[in-house]
This record gives sequence, structure tokens and C-alpha cells, in this order.
Amino acid sequence: MHGFANPARFLRLARVLTLPMLLGGLAVACAALVWGLAFAPPERLQGETVRILFLHVPTAWLGMGGWTAIAIASLVELVWRHPLAGIAARAVAVPGATFTAICLLTGSIWGRPAWGTWWVWDGRLTSMLVLLFLYFAYIALAGALSREGGSSRIAAIFGLVGAANIPIIHYSVIWWNSLHQPPSITMGNSAMAPEFLWALLASTLGFSLIFGGVVLARMRMLLADIQAEARLRRKVQARR
Amino acid sequence: MREALDQWDFVIAAYSVGVLGTLWLVGWSWLGMRRAEARRDKAREK
Repeated sequence: MHGFANPARFLRLARVLTLPMLLGGLAVACAALVWGLAFAPPERLQGETVRILFLHVPTAWLGMGGWTAIAIASLVELVWRHPLAGIAARAVAVPGATFTAICLLTGSIWGRPAWGTWWVWDGRLTSMLVLLFLYFAYIALAGALSREGGSSRIAAIFGLVGAANIPIIHYSVIWWNSLHQPPSITMGNSAMAPEFLWALLASTLGFSLIFGGVVLARMRMLLADIQAEARLRRKVQARR
Repeated sequence: MREALDQWDFVIAAYSVGVLGTLWLVGWSWLGMRRAEARRDKAREK
């Protein structure tokens, strides 16, 4: 891990991986969604609306996984002062927020035919909405600290504290009564029929590659901004 | 009175949200990266 503490070494790898991850992810996700739309059978109880699963579930996992990544990067930044950890955490925030928003919107659209309502204030939906607001707050805080030259450690502490919401989201359907179903897939176990499971796994792989590619692109963007600013600052100082 | 719901309307709405949101994220991030790297290269040349 410390091998990639050098931004130049990281950038060499990121330049090779960004486009293949984005294009590969788009291709795999597209194939999985077409599979889910055209070839997966309708479900016995939910009918055609079960197809929303192939979008809703991967984006939910990636929304939660994104904040977990922010928390890990924040810990690495605080403990080991890894120079890229804070940049990685900032780069994860926007795709994490986008996938959380997609999860909430597709869940709401799915809820109308499945539950008869667009929204209920139960544990799962509310804790997922809290996650979206945490992402917004993190993006605003990290952006303000970067502009004003504040310590990125404040954003790292916020990233760690916000991680308390992740187990709440996961266990919300077990702790409280909820319209939302309990998890169909747990570690090494699945209650899902294979014709849905494989399309879901393919979709998850595609969206994960897209997520990874976007994080690399945003890290390259943040590093380029820092390098351009440092160069301009050095030139201004040299002229004085 | 029971309202008639076409399930495909909900599926199409959800897929539209998901696909457009993902394409926007990819496009915005890619263009932002290209612009930032062009700014950095320009600053190097000056």
C-alpha cells in the first residue's frame, strides 16, 4: 500500500486503468441490465417489477461500500498520514452519493407497486437517506477545507464518525419492523433463484468497475488540481 | 376503487433514473479529469 503513497507511481497505474475500467464497467453493466430486462423471468409475487433489483441492489451496496471506503481511507490518513488517502476519500464521495441517490430513487419507484407507497419512514429507508445527507455534508466539508486551506483531518474524522451509520443500515431490517425485506444474500448464502442471482452478480460487477473507474478519474482530477496550483504558487513566489 | 398499475412503467422509470444517473456521473468525472489535467499541463508550459 505504501508503494502507492508516491503520487507519480499511482498516476502511472491510474492512467492505464481508468478508461478500461469505465468502458469495461459500462459494457458489463449494460449487458447485465439487458439480461435483467429481457431474459430474466417475472417473479411469482412481484411480477415484472423484480427487474428493478438489478439496479437497486448494486447501487445500494456501492453506496454503503463507498462510505466504508471513505472510513478506511480516513483511518489510513489519520494513522499513517498516507498522502493519497485523503484524496481517495474525497474521490469516493461523489460516486458514493450518486449511487445512494439512484438506490433511493429506484427503491421509491419500486415501492409504489410493491408496497403501495413511494416512501415510508422506516429504519432502512431513513438510514439510507441519512447516508445521502452524510455524503452531501462530507462533499461540502472536504471542498470547503480544500479551498480555505484547512486541515483535511477534520474531514477524515467526519468520515470515521459517519461510518456508524453503515451497520445501522445493514441491521435496520433485523432490528426494526420494516416494509423492506431482510437481506436475500448473506456471506456464502443466497435465498435468490439462480436466474436472478447471476444477473445481479453481473450487474454488481459492472457497476463496481464503473465506481472504481470514476474514483480513479476523480483522484486524477484532484491530483492535477493540486499540481497545477502548486506550480502556479511556485511561479508567483519566484517572481517576487 | 383500485387503480390499474402497469408494472413496466415503473421498471422503465427506474432504469431511466439508473442509466442516466450513471452516464452523467461517468461523463462529468471524465470531463472534469481531462480539464484538470489540461490545466496542469498548461501551468507546466507557462
